[in-house]
Amino acid sequence: MDIKDFIEKFAEQFDDTPIENLTAEVRFKELDEWSSLIALSVIAMADEEYNVTLVATDIRNSETIEDLFNAVQSKL
Amino acid sequence: MAYNPFTLEGKTILVTGAAGGIGRATSIECAKLGAKLVLTDINEAGLQETLSSLEGVGHEFKVADLTSQDALDTLVAELPLLDGFVSNAGVTKPTPVKFINNTDLERIMSINTFAPIYLTQRLLKKKKFNSGASLVFTVSIGGVYTTAPGNAMYGASKGALQVFVRNVALEGAPRIRCNSVNPGMVNTNLAGRSYSDEDKAKDMETYPMKRYGEPRDVALAIVYLLSDASSWVTGHSLIIDGGKTLY
Ligand SMILES: NC(=O)c1ccc[n+]([C@@H]2O[C@H](COP(=O)([O-])OP(=O)(O)OC[C@H]3O[C@@H](n4cnc5c(N)ncnc54)[C@H](O)[C@@H]3O)[C@@H](O)[C@H]2O)c1
Repeated sequence: MDIKDFIEKFAEQFDDTPIENLTAEVRFKELDEWSSLIALSVIAMADEEYNVTLVATDIRNSETIEDLFNAVQSKL
Repeated sequence: MAYNPFTLEGKTILVTGAAGGIGRATSIECAKLGAKLVLTDINEAGLQETLSSLEGVGHEFKVADLTSQDALDTLVAELPLLDGFVSNAGVTKPTPVKFINNTDLERIMSINTFAPIYLTQRLLKKKKFNSGASLVFTVSIGGVYTTAPGNAMYGASKGALQVFVRNVALEGAPRIRCNSVNPGMVNTNLAGRSYSDEDKAKDMETYPMKRYGEPRDVALAIVYLLSDASSWVTGHSLIIDGGKTLY
């Protein structure tokens, strides 16, 4: 699993945020489009794509996209 | 004995999903009010614990996976005659619509919708209900009265169950009664770790009573529907939600 691939899948959960705006150091919860539904989508994406179960606290404890990537990777 | 229109003395009651949460609290309250309980769940350790918390004697438990047709047949064959049935086992997995998949949807529908339907069908066919028996289904406000992001599968499963409840009420009358309780968010293990403490605290603010329910809040409503105090109530859905649906 590499971060580029993860960012592509993460970006798919957004409709109005272009992938160019989503770099590893972006604080995703500050994005305009971020919502509880997108949080659930990210959890479902991790399940479907990586077979990893993220819980709400993983999202809560992650600030940047890279933090989230690390959370998924630590559970692989 | 003091006057108590809610007594369950002399009643035998089957509770599904009795290993924890609302099912356990309901079993404990029913036993306190004099009922004899038959507990069932897929989780044996949890059933043991519930059984050991019950007042009185003559209670028993039966381990069963309610999604198995064979398990349902065996369970029903072993049951005594019933005065009460609490159909309560249920699961959820919050998932946005675009991530719905066959495995999750079939699991949720089989436990929340199909199992209660098949079990009720068998209990009726095998004439397991005494005259005057009361059936209570744990539905939810979700799907029936409210929508929330990620709640489509669960909501669909409970919406279908609610319709089933009304049909059983009609066909069962005047011999038996059938109602539902429809709780808002209750502090149990149901939602697992899908929501963080911070999310929950924020969500609680959307409840006029400013808290989530406790299992006993729902259990006591189920007691009312099981007792003869509600003998003219059938086909009703009793919302217990700290005022959530007032908005
Ligand atoms: N907790 C809430 O916020 C809430 C709100 C509204 C409705 N409900 C409903 O209340 C009911 C009870 O849930 P709870 O909150 O006490 O959660 P819970 O997880 O504590 O209890 C559900 C029980 O169902 C059992 N179960 C699951 N699959 C089973 C199967 N295949 N066969 C047999 N048993 C099985 C589980 O082992 C568990 O003991 C459910 O129907 C749920 O949908 C709960």
